[in-house]
Amino acid sequence: MSELEPEERVRFEQLVLPHVDAAFNLARWLLRGRADAEDVAQEALLRACRFIRGFHGGDARAWLLQIVRNTCYTWLEKNRPMELSMEFDEEIHLQACATPETLAIAGDDRERLILALETLPPRFREVLVLRELEGCSYKEIAAITSLPIGTVMSSLSRARRQLHSALANPVQKGAVREV
Amino acid sequence: MKCNFAGSLLQGYFDGELSDRRAAEFERHVGHCSHCAAELVDLDWLSGRLQLTQIYEPAPASLRRTINAHLHPIAPTPVAPRPLLWQWLAAAAALLLIAFVLWIVSPELRSDDYQAELAGEIVDAHLRSLQPGHMTEIASNDERVVKGWFDTKLKFALPIRDFAGAGFALNGGRQDVVEGRLVAVLVYERNGRPIDVFVWPTREPDTSPRAGSRQGFQWVDWRKDKLEFCAVSDTAPAELEQLNRLISE
Repeated sequence: MSELEPEERVRFEQLVLPHVDAAFNLARWLLRGRADAEDVAQEALLRACRFIRGFHGGDARAWLLQIVRNTCYTWLEKNRPMELSMEFDEEIHLQACATPETLAIAGDDRERLILALETLPPRFREVLVLRELEGCSYKEIAAITSLPIGTVMSSLSRARRQLHSALANPVQKGAVREV
Repeated sequence: MKCNFAGSLLQGYFDGELSDRRAAEFERHVGHCSHCAAELVDLDWLSGRLQLTQIYEPAPASLRRTINAHLHPIAPTPVAPRPLLWQWLAAAAALLLIAFVLWIVSPELRSDDYQAELAGEIVDAHLRSLQPGHMTEIASNDERVVKGWFDTKLKFALPIRDFAGAGFALNGGRQDVVEGRLVAVLVYERNGRPIDVFVWPTREPDTSPRAGSRQGFQWVDWRKDKLEFCAVSDTAPAELEQLNRLISE
């Protein structure tokens, strides 16, 4: 980054570096793996570094996460295009991958939750991760995903319903449900 | 049975996104709606599980190290003993020669000023076009109609595609003048904001996108297949990058 001016470097360090965890976490859930997430998060951060000149204040986390998200989708389009098309047959996909049966075999609670979350379509997974893990407001999620707020709300609602039914169904098989 | 309050309103209440008035309205409702009350419990249960299971994954140390290494490149430290005066002079002469040769052979090295000047003209042209009625001379989202119009005006061909599916709707095109020559401008719309893509022929080799901003507008410039493109708008830089990728595909 030799072309970075000293004051730009300071801005990047103050505004963007505090959100490296958020960048990695979003990439990890969108790409479903730590190794790919590290590569893509790195690419996104270097891109943010190049474009810091064009960032005129505002929500730095949302700005960075928007770049991370775009970089992830570009990567997915190139490396795993099937994964992006699966949102069109989400119901079928959910049945195929995260049935109560497969979830029941998947070891402990944590593993089960991760598997259920990873089998959601990416568009649903991202709103859940941004809301529940990152604590973003609807407005921030809309900015990051370039979706209208109404779509954010309905995606979140459907994502929660899918995740809930995937997790809660094994309960009927005798497990104890903690509330 | 599903009730009218379930769905978005319930989500909004749970996430604390409703106005006080709407929240109070929902609270009155939930007092006597067992369906919504049960859904709230479900949302709470799910949220609790997501929080308590600690599935947030912080960045690995190696990622932070890589980024830091980019921000603070280590300058090479001299290890040789102090060179003699004639060695200094020879080195200086060699550097001067290299600099001269590079100056002659590589216009790229001088292009930064040119780039800034060009961006200035393009942002000015974009600003002029924002005046009512100046945006498009041919207003259409039909690729063939826009292409037909340009074919009668231009001596070069340019790719004209509508990316409405990706959120960049083609609105039409116009001719404009940049640095004293006629250029083609494709007009796109992104979330209600106009994006101008200036296109003109060039003899320079392809380049990867370069970005900058001026007077609050972002621009991204690239060359491909003997055409130079410069997209300008007041949208986020990432969106211009996205448009760059769509056009370059």
